[in-house]
Amino acid sequence: MIGYLLRRLGYALPIMLGVSFLCFMLVYLAPGDPLVSILPADASAELQKQMMQLYGFDRPLIEQFVRWLWRALQGDLGHSIATSRPVVDEVFKAVGNTLMIAVLATLIGFTLGALFGFVAGYFRNSWGDRLASFVSVIGVSLPNYWLGMVLVIVFSAQLMWLPATGAGPGGSGSWTWDWEHVQYLILPALTMSFIPMGIVARTVRALVADILSQEFVVGLRARGLGEWGVFKHVVKNCAPTALAVMGLQLGYLLGGSILIETVFSWPGTGFLLNQAIFQRDLPLLQGTILVLALFFVALNLLVDVLQTIFDPRIERG
Amino acid sequence: MPDMQTAHSPMIRLHDLQVEFRVPGKRVQAVNGVNLEVGPGEVVALIGESGSGKSVTLRALMRLHPERTTHYAGTLEVAGRDVLKMGKRELAQLRGSSVAMIFQEPLLALDPVYTLGQQITEAIRQHAPVSRAEARARALRLFEKVRIPSPERRLDAYPHEMSGGMRQRAMIALALACEPQVLLADEPTTALDATVQIQILLLLRELQRELGLSIVFVTHDIGAAAEIADRMAVMYAGRIIEQGPAAELLTRPRHPYTRALLKSRSEGAMQKGRRLDTIQGAPPDLSRLPAGCAFAERCAFAAETCLGGQPEETRVGPEHSVRCWRLDELPAQGGPVQRAEPVNG
Repeated sequence: MIGYLLRRLGYALPIMLGVSFLCFMLVYLAPGDPLVSILPADASAELQKQMMQLYGFDRPLIEQFVRWLWRALQGDLGHSIATSRPVVDEVFKAVGNTLMIAVLATLIGFTLGALFGFVAGYFRNSWGDRLASFVSVIGVSLPNYWLGMVLVIVFSAQLMWLPATGAGPGGSGSWTWDWEHVQYLILPALTMSFIPMGIVARTVRALVADILSQEFVVGLRARGLGEWGVFKHVVKNCAPTALAVMGLQLGYLLGGSILIETVFSWPGTGFLLNQAIFQRDLPLLQGTILVLALFFVALNLLVDVLQTIFDPRIERG
Repeated sequence: MPDMQTAHSPMIRLHDLQVEFRVPGKRVQAVNGVNLEVGPGEVVALIGESGSGKSVTLRALMRLHPERTTHYAGTLEVAGRDVLKMGKRELAQLRGSSVAMIFQEPLLALDPVYTLGQQITEAIRQHAPVSRAEARARALRLFEKVRIPSPERRLDAYPHEMSGGMRQRAMIALALACEPQVLLADEPTTALDATVQIQILLLLRELQRELGLSIVFVTHDIGAAAEIADRMAVMYAGRIIEQGPAAELLTRPRHPYTRALLKSRSEGAMQKGRRLDTIQGAPPDLSRLPAGCAFAERCAFAAETCLGGQPEETRVGPEHSVRCWRLDELPAQGGPVQRAEPVNG
């Protein structure tokens, strides 16, 4: 098992290196000058040159990349051009915020999705199946920023049950786990949960239907197992794939949904990316993308490892 | 009423059993009036082509077909109890503890993500109030009984980690976990190599004698059936068209289909350069069965009378019965003497 883990980590390293290279280079494909946002419009050529040198933009791209990567390995992603604060601080604060709604959204989405999926898979072509399939199609295909706005209109503007935007009465700086703050989580997390719910429901439905049609289920019944006994076997057979799908969904959600976080003014990674793009804040953009990409790689690794634990048929050798 | 049962009453009694699958727009009559009795300690082989209803009959014995789409009719008694009238609880009690089943492909019939030990202890604890440790000890004894080498270690193996023969042994151990009286075997040797087949057949026979099991052995392999069965029943289009003591049926088959089936075997004294006799045509569509004898359109002896209705079961020996309209007009032995033609003119 240890050997397997090390080998998997070994495979992940070149992926991470490639990802960081892409992160760094991609932002240069976009037009515009990174210093435009902080230099006054009438800045002299001399000042421009000084700033370029200060940020190192005058050096060859490869050299910039190597320097950037070297610092990144030491935990330094540079400073935001717009705010001058360390990118690492900005990113991890945003990741923390996104993590809250992403984990909550994944839990809601996975629970409801698995529930719908099991009902649909067990009672195929019943009204329950049709309802579950309808809900999962809605979940996947409904634009979630639109859904977010509708939820705000209903629960904030009309019913006035929940706050519409923000991350707590005093902003995200003073977060505590009390109702005062937690109520701000509910609408964004709920909006975000629709996509994993739809995807998990469809996956679980297909899995359950496939497993129930397999010969071993007849074998289980032939041993005298009741519905509950068979159900436990179905769950354990579904678990590896369903967990993998859940893990990947969590990975997507950690990237933050730019649209959802913008609708709810939630200071997460999506919100941060949005800011960085509009302000052409290159260090912030590169750093955010890098951290998110690495998260995704790590999560994939975790899912793979968990799968081998749950499913004995997957070779570790 | 199992306590009223005497040594002479059958373990399994089927009378006019019918199994019909109802799917939207279609009714498939898979079993159409099967009469069969299996005594205690008796081994009966159900023989037939695929789609003849042999496996459907076997699974009906535990009512394993999907309840929503399957319609049963007739009499179906196991150990003196009416299986068709059982509730969910009674049925679960019957399955595994009185009647157990082994399958054609154990790799598909065992749960892939549970170890064999887990599956056996689960089955034991399903029917007996014993501790996990006691159940595991029993599982270990079962593995020894079916002669699985290093049984302790194999209990912790997953199905895919074992060879085909070992898996089938494990499947047999699992089936015997709750000391059933009846063992249903659904082509248990078909997926195995020839040498392993023999080992499994010998093991089954040995266990059958030791435990006094009644076995229903479904197969299309007459050789395997001959190896293990006391009696044989030949199925065609959901009916038993001939049944009798194994030795008699093999040496003096009466029904044209049984004769053709025996001739189409490649084993035995096949002379070099001779063609293998085959049965022309295909079995009938079970959703559109003819009114008359279902074999008529492929039968060399078919006549006008065969198309009219179902032939009755006719006794031709103490335990030997045949369903054929033209029983009296058939040639005495082996069918019309058809010279097998040499391949090269």
